[in-house]
Amino acid sequence: MAKYLLLIYGDEQLWQARTPEEIKDLNAGHAAFVAAAGDAVLGGHELEPSTTATSLRGTVSGRPTPTDGTFLETKEVLGGYYLVEAPDLDAAIALAERLPEVSAAHSGVEIRPVREAS
Amino acid sequence: MTGHERGPAADVDVNEAVAQAHRREWARVLAATVRVVRDLDLAEECAQDAYARALRTWSTTGVPDRPGAWLTTVARNRAKDLLRRESVLRSALPSLVVDDVVAGPDDHADPPVVDDDRLRLIFTCCHPALSRDAQVALTLRLVCGLSTAEVARAFLVQESAMAARITRAKKKISAARIPYRVPARTDLPERVSAVLDVVHLVFTTGYTAPAGAQLVRQYLVDGAIHLARTLYQLLPGDGQVAGLLALMLLTDARRNTRLSGTGELVLLADQDRTRWDTRLIAEGTALVARSLGQAQTGYGVQAAIAAVHAEAATWEDTDWTEIVGLYDVLRRLWPSPVVELNRAVAIGFRDGPQAGLDALAPLLDEPALATYGYLSATRADFLRRLRRRQEATAAYEEALAMTDNQVERAFLAGRLEEVRTHSA
Repeated sequence: MAKYLLLIYGDEQLWQARTPEEIKDLNAGHAAFVAAAGDAVLGGHELEPSTTATSLRGTVSGRPTPTDGTFLETKEVLGGYYLVEAPDLDAAIALAERLPEVSAAHSGVEIRPVREAS
Repeated sequence: MTGHERGPAADVDVNEAVAQAHRREWARVLAATVRVVRDLDLAEECAQDAYARALRTWSTTGVPDRPGAWLTTVARNRAKDLLRRESVLRSALPSLVVDDVVAGPDDHADPPVVDDDRLRLIFTCCHPALSRDAQVALTLRLVCGLSTAEVARAFLVQESAMAARITRAKKKISAARIPYRVPARTDLPERVSAVLDVVHLVFTTGYTAPAGAQLVRQYLVDGAIHLARTLYQLLPGDGQVAGLLALMLLTDARRNTRLSGTGELVLLADQDRTRWDTRLIAEGTALVARSLGQAQTGYGVQAAIAAVHAEAATWEDTDWTEIVGLYDVLRRLWPSPVVELNRAVAIGFRDGPQAGLDALAPLLDEPALATYGYLSATRADFLRRLRRRQEATAAYEEALAMTDNQVERAFLAGRLEEVRTHSA
């Protein structure tokens, strides 16, 4: 078994413009995902908006200064994640396909294998 | 004279037998070894080792009856030895995910259509999680057994860059755990079509090299056809596989007539049809019928178009109405500006150059064709036939600026010279 991080990206403006009805559907979609994935889900959370992000940019000398904002300035931002366990990439893709964000044109999921401790 | 005799003649036989076994059996030997060792690099090493040993051993023992089986056994034994010796060291490394029972996460009831090591290897190399460049490089290197230098040459990339591309792709296969598996039945059509796109790309790259002095790189053409034959043998019921194989055979049947004795490009219209390979045409035409009997697919319809050309005894006999009709089907299956361009060419031959030019008009500001030399070349040809020589001159110049293949350049330059002389 291997672990994968499913990183949910999307257009934050569109996320914030959601109606209560759409948010209800989304939550139901995630509940269905977790129910279907069962033990495969090791953890996961929705994140606060990217406007709440603070970045520490690495520096070779001195203490880094915390700055406001995400590490990368992109239109699509990280909105949440799941840590899942799957036997291989095909299985991880099959899990990720069940996420509600995969069926909206402005959002999607990046699947990153977690490096095994050696 | 048998293969068991020694001496210089026998050595030649052995070299040839090993070379032939490399062409025919490389994928089988490697694929079977990968399944045992669960590591692409190690399996490659062991397969190469087996071929080296064959060169030494076969000159003494003679060529075995089943060279592929011999090579596979030697490669797998070598791999098992190495694994035993390095078991402590290797256990920490990530390995290839190999499962003997093939299934998706929740469809254990959906076994693959065929289980074959070569198919596993092909599907792994062409996994959609790899970039198209990586898919092609891995397929040529691992399935066709080309050297990294040959793969690099085919795509005009430095050998070191190609080596890095292959290493990166292998690293992704192991780190992301791309499985060594034939996809489940439900995923098969989509996965097969990704594989066929790779095979077709290899073929077209070989058939008209993107640059250089040679028009054709036959080793790529042969590699693509061999791959398609393997796929057809394993998936005979798949219409698109039969279609692509047919398309490539019918195209390759013209191989000896595409260049003149002095190396100039000869157009379909001017080719000596008596020198087309009738055996390939017969095989290709039969496959077209099979393919279209199973389903109408893009490759099958393209092959049907090639078959119409193959069946015409002369250029004048070409059934352009049939060809335009097939392009009408093709544009529904595969909407693409390139298909529209080819349809316009066919209309030009059916209804004359003005009709062709009219059919071409909507494509002129198509961004996907902005740097596509064949669009300018086609327009130039229609204008030439309409004797609009100044416009033809400009169009030939444009086409020339867009190809680096020297044989094609020579052809276009010749036409340019012709329209220039006449318009002066």
